[in-house]
Amino acid sequence: MDKPEIEKNKKEWAQRHPEVDSLTPRSTDWGDPVDPLCTPGPAGSPNYLGELGFPGEYPFTRGIYPTMYLGQPWTVRQYSGYESPKDTNLRFRYLLDQGQTGLSVAFDLPTQIGYDSDHPMSAGEVGKVGVPVDTLEDMEVIFDGLPLDKLSTSMTINAPSAILLAMYICIGKKQGLEPKVLRGTIQNDILKEYTVRGTYIFPPKPSIRLITDIFAYCGQHVPRFNTINVAGYHLREAGCSAVQEIAFSFCNAIAYIEAGLKAGLNIDKFAPRISWIFNTSNKIFEEVAKYRAARRIWAELLRGRFQAQDPRSWMLRFHTHTSGASLTAQQPLNNAIRVAYQTLAAVLGGAQSIAACSYDEALNLPTEESARTSLRTQQILLEEAGVVDTIDPLGGSYYVEALTARIYQRIKELMAKIEDMGGAVAAVENGFVQKEIEQRAYQIQCDIESGKRVVVGVNKYTIQEEEKESPIKSNPQAEQAQIERLNAVKARRNPEAVQRSLAAVRKAAQDQDNLMPVIIEACEAYASLGEICGVLREEFGEYQQVRTI
Amino acid sequence: MAAADRRIRVLAAKPGLDGHDRGIKVVCAGLKDAGMEVIYAGLRQTPEAIVNTALQEDVDVIALSTLSGAHNQHLPRVARLLQEKGAGHILLMAGGVVPKEDRLILKKQGVKEIYGPGTTMEEITAFIRANVSLS
Repeated sequence: MDKPEIEKNKKEWAQRHPEVDSLTPRSTDWGDPVDPLCTPGPAGSPNYLGELGFPGEYPFTRGIYPTMYLGQPWTVRQYSGYESPKDTNLRFRYLLDQGQTGLSVAFDLPTQIGYDSDHPMSAGEVGKVGVPVDTLEDMEVIFDGLPLDKLSTSMTINAPSAILLAMYICIGKKQGLEPKVLRGTIQNDILKEYTVRGTYIFPPKPSIRLITDIFAYCGQHVPRFNTINVAGYHLREAGCSAVQEIAFSFCNAIAYIEAGLKAGLNIDKFAPRISWIFNTSNKIFEEVAKYRAARRIWAELLRGRFQAQDPRSWMLRFHTHTSGASLTAQQPLNNAIRVAYQTLAAVLGGAQSIAACSYDEALNLPTEESARTSLRTQQILLEEAGVVDTIDPLGGSYYVEALTARIYQRIKELMAKIEDMGGAVAAVENGFVQKEIEQRAYQIQCDIESGKRVVVGVNKYTIQEEEKESPIKSNPQAEQAQIERLNAVKARRNPEAVQRSLAAVRKAAQDQDNLMPVIIEACEAYASLGEICGVLREEFGEYQQVRTI
Repeated sequence: MAAADRRIRVLAAKPGLDGHDRGIKVVCAGLKDAGMEVIYAGLRQTPEAIVNTALQEDVDVIALSTLSGAHNQHLPRVARLLQEKGAGHILLMAGGVVPKEDRLILKKQGVKEIYGPGTTMEEITAFIRANVSLS
């Protein structure tokens, strides 16, 4: 039966059943109506060869690798970082022992904002949301006994990415490894720090220069490292829809690519090392459609507009973390179910690497039990649920194909709007991105309070609960102990070598030389993160947030 | 202006280094919709800066958001500075992820209410209206 014939029959079917005709269509999370019954045409059946193709081949809608999970499972990469470098090392050893396949380091806020643990702004924050790193010695402890050539390590670090990457290279050298064998990822995505995540240091121009310095250095010396992990994740957490998540993060990536090209780099030398982190939230089919459409848009953009020749430049390789913002403090065990569905969506969406939230995250840092349950959530999907037996199992679903076509169009419309504004940097500087996100976050809150948006356990099916004491106690001595460690390193190191290396960092910053080699030398001399960032703060200045409220 | 016509003035801020500002921005929008005047000071505010701004702007309420676990550092210091500057009448509130046992201590130290995930705007505005005197 051809498609017009099916459409005709569908209309007749609806007429035969008045209850179908009188249905109020539901809507996607981004606001498009959903057909109560999807059928082969027109949206439900894409042009197979043009829009879907085969996995591992352009336009990659069905997956970026020809064998996907049949060839290699996704990387199980839980996010962790504890109060001290030593505790973090112990947690990493535990997670690897339990079958985790990659590391993901959470740093504390002073580290992310380029302050040493003894800086006045660091007071009360040391070791709180991740591990503190002041000098190379802290990284030596974190990776003690962990062979870097056998691991891939993701570091959630942005403004000071160059410094943490330099330290990682130094650890490799101490293990007798050349930089070219190191595998891992630095987040290094500054634009979303200005809008939603807040760990910026320098203004956009020098920040983007640091990014292109890293592109250039790694292209030559650390070719297996992902030099950037462009983030839709945090945009979504702050209130974005799935459409905004992809459109805003793609526009941020376009800004980095254009900066790289302007710095004289060849697109195929750095585009293959661009990686991604996205947010997988509650609406299973919409999330799957999002990933399928995003792969195609990215491939078209890189091959078309940027003229990349290497197919690896066209591939959207992504890590996904399930949605922290979807978790509730009420009836926290319900979160384990949310996380499982979201992880399923990530797998059906073809993720390369996954972190599943812990069910107690709205209340405290994960306990060993909750962290292990997240790990097991992934392992159950991988080894019991049968969802990896074929590639892109939802491909050809009338509904998922219709959603994929629709979100593809919506993302492109929003990207065009930002391009018209002058691109991502302009859209951040004029507050457009921030305002869009703030408005949506407020709308969601209003919809939860009115009951229009159901959150189980919060505005429906509520119970009286006795709040428990937090099972994780922070150690009040941890901050002082870290400061003492820093002081001990400072007392031991060669002060002249430190001063010399910091002067070299300053000179390279002024002379527009690539900063990576001098930052590596400074780290090797045990100059602290705060000292190196201090020099760069003096040379580059500091970013002032755009006021949108 | 007659006292009854005056609108409640709120200073909202993020103390410390935490960058999670979705919650505080939603609260700002909600308080504005409820008819209050809201000044949002933004990220990386020190207790000293918060109290100085509060005095300059002559606010009735300070609303602080903290999700990084550094609440025990920043909140008592804001409360103490308010007392020292004779501004104990300003209603000090907080929101974020603060464990129960810490909330009990912080309330004794002068933080009047601390809200966690899942709180409604209705609860927050009702609390402010009940605890701010406009005379």
